[in-house]
Amino acid sequence: MFLSRLRLPSSETQSTLTCNGQAAMSGGCGRNPPPFPDNEDQEAELDTRVLDSDEDDDDEGEDIFTGARSKPITPTSAPDEGDIFSEEGSYIRSDVHHATNGLHSDEELDLFTEATVELTLTNTTSQGRREIIGPTASACNTTHVPNSILKPSIVTKTMEELEEEESGDQFELNIAVTNPEKIGDGMNAYMSYKVSTQTTLPMFLNKTFSVRRRFSDFLGLYEKISAKHSLLGCIIPPPPQKSVVGMTKVKVGKEDSSSAEFVEKRRAALERYLQRVVAHPSLLQDPDVREFLERDELPRAVNTQALSGPGLLKMINRASDAVNKMTIKMNESDNWFESKLQEVENEEQLLRRLHAAVDSLVNHRKELCINTAVFSKIVAMLGSVEENSALSRALSQLAEVEDKMEQLHQQQAFSDFFILAELLADYVRLLGAVRCCFEQRMKVWQRLQEAQSTLQKKREAEAKLLWANKPEKLQQAKDDINEWESKVSQYERDFERVTCTVRKEVLRFEKEKARDFKQHIVKYLESLLHTQHRLVKCWEAFLPEAKAIA
Amino acid sequence: NMTSISEDSDKEKMRSVSVDLNNDASLVIDIPDALCERDKVKFTVHTKTTLSSFQKPEFSVPRQHEDFIWLHDTIVETEEYAGFIIPPAPPKPDFEGPREKMHKLGEGESSMTKEEYAKMKQELEAEYLAVFKKTVQVHEVFLQRLSSHPMFRKDRNFQIFLEYDQDLSVRRKNAKEMFGGFFKNMVKSADEVLISGVKEVDEFFEQEKNFLLDYSIKIKDATAKAEKMTRSHKNVADDYNHISGALNNTAADNNTAFKKHLEKCAEVFEKLRKVEDRMASDQELKLTELLRYYTRDIQAAKDLLYRRARALADYENSNKALDKARLKGKDVAQAEENQKQCLQKFDKLSESGKKELTSFKARRVVAFRKNLIEMTELEIKHAKNSVSLLQGSIEILKSN
Repeated sequence: MFLSRLRLPSSETQSTLTCNGQAAMSGGCGRNPPPFPDNEDQEAELDTRVLDSDEDDDDEGEDIFTGARSKPITPTSAPDEGDIFSEEGSYIRSDVHHATNGLHSDEELDLFTEATVELTLTNTTSQGRREIIGPTASACNTTHVPNSILKPSIVTKTMEELEEEESGDQFELNIAVTNPEKIGDGMNAYMSYKVSTQTTLPMFLNKTFSVRRRFSDFLGLYEKISAKHSLLGCIIPPPPQKSVVGMTKVKVGKEDSSSAEFVEKRRAALERYLQRVVAHPSLLQDPDVREFLERDELPRAVNTQALSGPGLLKMINRASDAVNKMTIKMNESDNWFESKLQEVENEEQLLRRLHAAVDSLVNHRKELCINTAVFSKIVAMLGSVEENSALSRALSQLAEVEDKMEQLHQQQAFSDFFILAELLADYVRLLGAVRCCFEQRMKVWQRLQEAQSTLQKKREAEAKLLWANKPEKLQQAKDDINEWESKVSQYERDFERVTCTVRKEVLRFEKEKARDFKQHIVKYLESLLHTQHRLVKCWEAFLPEAKAIA
Repeated sequence: NMTSISEDSDKEKMRSVSVDLNNDASLVIDIPDALCERDKVKFTVHTKTTLSSFQKPEFSVPRQHEDFIWLHDTIVETEEYAGFIIPPAPPKPDFEGPREKMHKLGEGESSMTKEEYAKMKQELEAEYLAVFKKTVQVHEVFLQRLSSHPMFRKDRNFQIFLEYDQDLSVRRKNAKEMFGGFFKNMVKSADEVLISGVKEVDEFFEQEKNFLLDYSIKIKDATAKAEKMTRSHKNVADDYNHISGALNNTAADNNTAFKKHLEKCAEVFEKLRKVEDRMASDQELKLTELLRYYTRDIQAAKDLLYRRARALADYENSNKALDKARLKGKDVAQAEENQKQCLQKFDKLSESGKKELTSFKARRVVAFRKNLIEMTELEIKHAKNSVSLLQGSIEILKSN
């Protein structure tokens, strides 16, 4: 049982949707608003009061966007082309972490200072084809912000990032994945992507080059990297997920906006994947990575079924289940590891939920888009039926405003998805990869434990032989002991190295994550800002039309 | 569980208004107060008057929604008023949405944190307030249409409605027995075929008829689509809310710079939600409600056309009857009298109908103008607020 009372101060009562019949009949309504000034002012005051009490600053913010904005781009549904958003990454490499895996010589690495990563969001033109950013003047500078490309939402670089760019010896590596093309027909068809690299790193043969790769090539790369580096405790960036439904649509030749969107989603995901791979100091050194970027023809990767999205996830989960079953008691320096692993697991769950919330936003915004378009049409029809000519004109204008809003909502939905949702999805999977990394360490430790216990057994066996006085078998026993002693010390070194690597990797990862999130949050807020700014302009343009009704 | 919304209503008083119908000081009506108890809503109807036909210069009475319907129906069924556009009856107050939420809140109380509960309660109060505003406004407008009309304001039942300080439900029952809703049913089956089938000699009515028939279909459609659009908008605002919560949850577990970014982002989403919500509500109040109201008003105008069309049909029948009577040489005087009366009625309806439809046009244009202006101004204001909120947040994030 509830009771709700609404009390409205009587002095402020004014209502109605209609005009006094008498007054209207006598004069006809002129341009000037009929109602009473005092009441209106009162109402206007109320408006401000409402907002003041809720928001901190009600001052109409200065419009800081002085640059010309291009008009909103309507996404096309061109079949093979990338859709609106593509992400381009640029790397200013000044230094590289000393690789701790010992696989490569450290000579080249001394020249580089700390690597930084920047991401810029650019829009493709409605023609779709995006070229890798043309070489900027000097290799030392900057991230490219292509002028030729129209973009409603822009990039930012923090002052600190700019400073880092300017300082010291700089080596760049920019990677872009573009120009998806469908090769072949029917169920054997596949999408081929252009992978373009621009770099000043001496280890590459050229400064600018590109190759074409297909999705299974990326999976193949992951497999190779994983086989080599995961045992060392590196966090291996997971590849984008396979999607049977999405790809089938594309293969079958369904040319609509949903398959275009799928292709764009995949293209962007592949690009981010590569950017993360090359951002990792030791992975960049891996010859397989270089080959992937440089070599014209790659042998086809087989057995990538196991690496499809759900397959990969299953693999990760199985591994972690197996590990959990072992009741491993590790020594005390593990507190860091134990609590860090717990943190990682928690964060993965929380980000999953956050991702679900953002996903819901994307869907609702798309719905809003559709409903706004539908509304716009009916308003136009209402305008065409309306007998009063000024009102008729205003209603047509309103229909146009709603149409513009639809475009704005659509763009915003893209931002919601590509800036926020995909970031979260990537990190959920990355956190899974971090977990894997901890598990690898466990495996190494376990191997050490087993070797130690085998050594122990061998020693006991030797002792028994000494007692039993069987000199002919003694040599074998001594050999065994030597073998296992060296294995144990090898595994001990391995374990220490892995421990050290995992720690470093986690710290690097956390730093990257914080930066990545901050960057994306800022970009996302900027996209919202842009939308709101355009909203203001749309409505401001409409206001005189409404006032012109007579 | 008592919910009192009185204080908030002072602040958030933004009614969907157009022109003040209360501009005649001789009879000023408003609804300053409303109480919602379970299913029933009690409106306080407050009147200030200088007319001698009332007993006191100022008085208030409690009225239920059903009382308004009774009043509307008695006016519809009054033969004298056939030539007027009868102000449409206010729709039943619909608290279903907030009520469901209240249930959920009650059920889920134990599983929520204190903050979550407080937040949901706040949202709930805002929803109740929105529904209240709409329903109070629409009931008020109904009364003000009557008070500003030269004939309706003098209606005896209207006076009773305003003044009678006892429960009206007894009177309501009597009225139902009297009329049995017969005439109302007839009117309600407003036969569009009859209207469009009428052979119209008057250019004005021909145009009006065509316009109203077409317009009524489109405005009904526009109303439905506006409602859908507003609902989507509110869903987006809801999502901002959930995202804000999820961001805070994620931040809570963290201890690094990451945490600060997440918290700031959560704060932004929370504030944006309020703005989006208000944008959606204002659009509903100014645009959707406007369309809803005129859908009903157009129906009332069509009803007038129908009554006139029936009067014309009656007149034509009376002509035929007169011819027949003359032929037979029987009851001619009676038939002549009948024909005269039918013609009178038809002429009267045509004359007042023309006036009413003309003023209706003007009323509609003014209402659209005012509401569109107000909506636009509010949307601009809200968007500008979003802009400054976002600009500020972006700067803070960048500077960290």
